[in-house]
Amino acid sequence: MSGPLDQVARQAGEWLRGTGPMHEIVISTRIRLARNIRGFPFLPRADADVRREIAAAMHGAVRRTPLLKDHVEMDVEQLDELDRTLLVERHLISRQHADGSGARAVLFEPSEASAIMINEEDHLRIQTMRSGLQIDAAWEQINAIDDALEAHLDYAFHAQYGYLTACPTNVGTGIRVSVMLHLPALRLTNELEKVAQAARDLKLAVRGLHGEGTEALGDFFQISNQITLGRSEEEIIDDFRSVVIPKIVEYERATREALLKNRPQALDDKIWRAIGLLKNARLISSHEAMQYLSHVRMGLHVGRLDSVDLATLNELFLQIQPAHLQKLHGERLTGEQRSIERAAFIRARLHTN
Amino acid sequence: MGLCERCKKAQATFHLTNIDRSGNKAERHLCDRCAGEEGLVQSGKPAVDVDEILQSFIAASKSGGAELSNLVCDQCGISYVEFRNQGLLGCPNDYDAFKEPLTRLLERTHGATHHEGKTPKSLGLPRKPQQDLRRLKRQLDEAVAGEDYERAAQLRDRIRELENA
Repeated sequence: MSGPLDQVARQAGEWLRGTGPMHEIVISTRIRLARNIRGFPFLPRADADVRREIAAAMHGAVRRTPLLKDHVEMDVEQLDELDRTLLVERHLISRQHADGSGARAVLFEPSEASAIMINEEDHLRIQTMRSGLQIDAAWEQINAIDDALEAHLDYAFHAQYGYLTACPTNVGTGIRVSVMLHLPALRLTNELEKVAQAARDLKLAVRGLHGEGTEALGDFFQISNQITLGRSEEEIIDDFRSVVIPKIVEYERATREALLKNRPQALDDKIWRAIGLLKNARLISSHEAMQYLSHVRMGLHVGRLDSVDLATLNELFLQIQPAHLQKLHGERLTGEQRSIERAAFIRARLHTN
Repeated sequence: MGLCERCKKAQATFHLTNIDRSGNKAERHLCDRCAGEEGLVQSGKPAVDVDEILQSFIAASKSGGAELSNLVCDQCGISYVEFRNQGLLGCPNDYDAFKEPLTRLLERTHGATHHEGKTPKSLGLPRKPQQDLRRLKRQLDEAVAGEDYERAAQLRDRIRELENA
């Protein structure tokens, strides 16, 4: 079992470096732009031939853009299910793109800082990702990619409605800013639902680790804008940068400090149990592993633990997921085999047996 | 009012009388949830937006009979009803073909009906220097916070250029 993505599975992308402002709480910042081209129907109305035509036109534009010359190209239609899932786990394509049908592709920077999906829900979905809260860096890059592509493409743009999209929920700027947060202390103290509700009141969407359709909130919490019309990219970005994210980060920090001060044993117990389980389990699901890795990550950042390094931890978050695990193992595994392999993999990475 | 005959816990709010072909009556009394689970009522979001229907009646009476359900895009052939059922439009022209009901829909979802922000350069609209300046200043803050001093120096130079222009 080998394929084009074997090497990709071995390391973590740019956005999992664990650096950047507020990185101990803000895992990553992602921006995507939805774009469509004049003269073609939207994808729900495109038959197989038209889809192929659109894909070819987008592909041509990307390949004529010097800024994107190093982008690695994957024909998603030709990839097997495991490779497609691997790309979903790395946030390079959406679940919808993976499960779709017909001509479709993704092109991504080797560092995975940017990616372009062709024929997802819209003709083009451009995204940039950064570690920590780096909204401006992400915006600067995506804006440049968008400008560069526009030189070769006639975007569907409307004087009143802005950039036109297949779904009216994206029309206008076509922008979606998503920030992934790690909020274990708020979850431990049952404050997370309050934060989620406050975000919803601000018309922001709150989701689990893998975006749309993953409603169950673990310690990881993805927050994104829903309004795309009537507010400029700058305004939308500024809300996140100056208001929403700093507030939540401050709340999580204060909660961690309060736990350290008032209930250090309760906090240590969570952290050290997590270490104990990860170092000793013989069967572990990705959901369970994720929960313990989350507590270990918090332990590192509050200074109660130094025996695990952050890079290893960040890679584990990615590599314990089903497609990564199977890719690294070199063969397909059933559910129980995966749990065995995952437990062994974690023990090996944490240097125990 | 009795209890639901299926779960025997919740209040029965759903009352159904079935009459078969030979005229025998069979009554059922269920709670909302059980009725939903038996597929007797649509659970969750209704497929038809009542507000939309009302609006379409109002629109129809105002415009003298042009009902929303008859709206069809002459370029891709999708009807407004199809769009409402699947949630996705068929082509860029739909935004004009369905302009009236769509504007109301956008007003409800986004609280706005006009685009603000980026426009394609090919349209030749001038950029606002104030916007650029605000953005550069914030980028400078980010660069300093991230201890990326090389970038910070570049940004500072660009800000000076703009301010002196």
